[in-house]
Amino acid sequence: MAQAFTKLTATAAPIMRVNVDTDVIISINRMIGNSVRGHLGKWAFGSLRYLPDGSDNPAFILNREPYRAAEILVTGPNFGCGSSREAAVWALQEMGIRAIIGSGFGDIFFANCFQNGILPVVLDKAVIDSLAAEIEASQGAGSVNVDLQEQTVTSPSGVRHTFEIDPRRRAGLLEGLDEISLTLRRDHEIRAFQASDRTARPWIHFAG
Amino acid sequence: MDTRGRTLLAKIWDQHVVAQLSDDTDLLHVDRHLLHDLGGSRGLIDLKGRDLPVHNPELTFATPDHAISTAAGRAGTIKTGWELLAALRTETSASNIRLFDLDQPGQGIVHVIGPELGLSLPGCLIVCGDSHTCTHGGLGALAFGIGSSELTHVLATQTIIQRRPKTMRVTFDGKLPFGVTAKDLILALIGHVGAAGGTGYAVEYAGSAIRDMPIEGRLTICNLSVELGAKMGLIAPDDTTFAYIRGRPYAPQGEMWERAVAAWRQLRSDSDAMFDREVSIDVSTIIPQITWGTSPEHVLGVDGRIPDPADIADPARRGAIEIALDYMGLKPGAPIAGTKVDWVFIGSCTNSRLSDLRAAAEVARGRKVAPGVRAWVVPGSETVKRDAIAEGLDKIFIDAGFEWREPGCSMCLAANGETVPPGQRSVSTSNRNFIGRQGPRARTHLASPAMAVAAAVSGAIADVRTMER
Repeated sequence: MAQAFTKLTATAAPIMRVNVDTDVIISINRMIGNSVRGHLGKWAFGSLRYLPDGSDNPAFILNREPYRAAEILVTGPNFGCGSSREAAVWALQEMGIRAIIGSGFGDIFFANCFQNGILPVVLDKAVIDSLAAEIEASQGAGSVNVDLQEQTVTSPSGVRHTFEIDPRRRAGLLEGLDEISLTLRRDHEIRAFQASDRTARPWIHFAG
Repeated sequence: MDTRGRTLLAKIWDQHVVAQLSDDTDLLHVDRHLLHDLGGSRGLIDLKGRDLPVHNPELTFATPDHAISTAAGRAGTIKTGWELLAALRTETSASNIRLFDLDQPGQGIVHVIGPELGLSLPGCLIVCGDSHTCTHGGLGALAFGIGSSELTHVLATQTIIQRRPKTMRVTFDGKLPFGVTAKDLILALIGHVGAAGGTGYAVEYAGSAIRDMPIEGRLTICNLSVELGAKMGLIAPDDTTFAYIRGRPYAPQGEMWERAVAAWRQLRSDSDAMFDREVSIDVSTIIPQITWGTSPEHVLGVDGRIPDPADIADPARRGAIEIALDYMGLKPGAPIAGTKVDWVFIGSCTNSRLSDLRAAAEVARGRKVAPGVRAWVVPGSETVKRDAIAEGLDKIFIDAGFEWREPGCSMCLAANGETVPPGQRSVSTSNRNFIGRQGPRARTHLASPAMAVAAAVSGAIADVRTMER
């Protein structure tokens, strides 16, 4: 079951590179196995966050104060492109991220966020750039507010931006709905579909 | 009522709607759910934890591909790889799911075996916990990758909740020039529209170059849809498709075959169908492609020069190019051809099918891998491996100095510990040149199988057109 998301006021860290892919968010060798959850946060952005000798890379924003405590990321175009690995979302969640504000996201990553109670917000690139510039100018001192009920993002200086979101997904996040239970309430519809589909497309249901 | 023509996507989509959930979101029936070793057992264990059965085990199929070693005898499989394989065996057996296990015909990269077994059919809705599931669209299936939570949802309900995507049609017209392959077409498209050019879209590929293309090339085209941001890519099925599917182990037979083909012939976009975006590419202008950076959009013709950040006005784009060049260890403005390589990898769900290996062997025959280069050929499936051996392709590769390996994903994503060493440069027929994709600090250049062999025998990135016979 996904955790609910309503609103959040927190430190936001801009990661403005384009095409930050899910391999960069969590490396494959840190995420394979059935018992990795709970151990992923340390490895989020590993190749950016650590130097080859394993020490913190001081140039990476999430290694600096006050961004270490960031709960919001402000991201460049096409954040989360690449693989379907949900571990990318788990890793961000485990390092404390609860909302990601960007101009565009990889489609599968975007869907995976909602499954875990993480809110991805899409705003125009110009808005993202100004938000990132404002955060950087304040050196991270000003908080960003994300309000899902109101569908707004408010910058540290109080500039409010309204965002669009699929009403179904919004409701799901606000209430932390469990999709499997909801879908299983429609099991009679699924079974009726399959019964008629067995006649319409028997080759699907009686393979080989 | 809307009387406009319908797209291929709309036709397939509408056949799968179990329930409409909102204006643009539907609950869709899943016809084939493919599981692999990386995430399959986790989904089944999650389901067990919720005390739920698998809704339709007979529509679910599994194979190990990601985490197993591709060395002979699977020697050197990492501990986690063995654990994931054991869990996949236990959980599929407990749920009565067909597993194509190691050394059996049917085992292989999940996106190679689906088409090969006749599991992937036109008009079929296919999901798998892997972003390259779009591959199966080459047969006219609606196929896409899903995350772990969605995977558990599919196991529990045999359905998936999806928002209807926007539609894009990419028309590839013209005749493929000498030395140019399906891989070059799709890389050139990604270079043209960018790595986010297809985000939010389902892409239909059309045009004379697609109609003239054999199925394995179409699978390669659709495979890289996700690298232009599109979760789904698809091609209308035609006689080439039906000839490919006929007689495969899970394909319909006899009277059911005739009924299926009659239904599949309806699966094409109507002539008056409207797309949200249209892109046209004249393939006669394309030359063999090679990537230079850390996104598939960082791609060039092999006669091109490495970009110079100084030429880029936009600071974000300039910064991205600087980061990529630094990671890749490349000099701005230099020709990409002649860049020295250490590794060559021929394999992956993009380019590990029999036709890929034939194209590679054609260039490798009678030549030798350059000193200092390690070159691997990893067939996509047990069946591809056996067919290639029957044709003597393995011998051509081994004689040329390549290592001939067991089927699996291997060095495409390095999940099984098979990595390109730090700082070394690889030419790879796979799908992602991301930072660290083939191993920490490994440098990847994506190319076609023929181009990969050209690099292996030259010891440097080279234009295969100067070598092909």
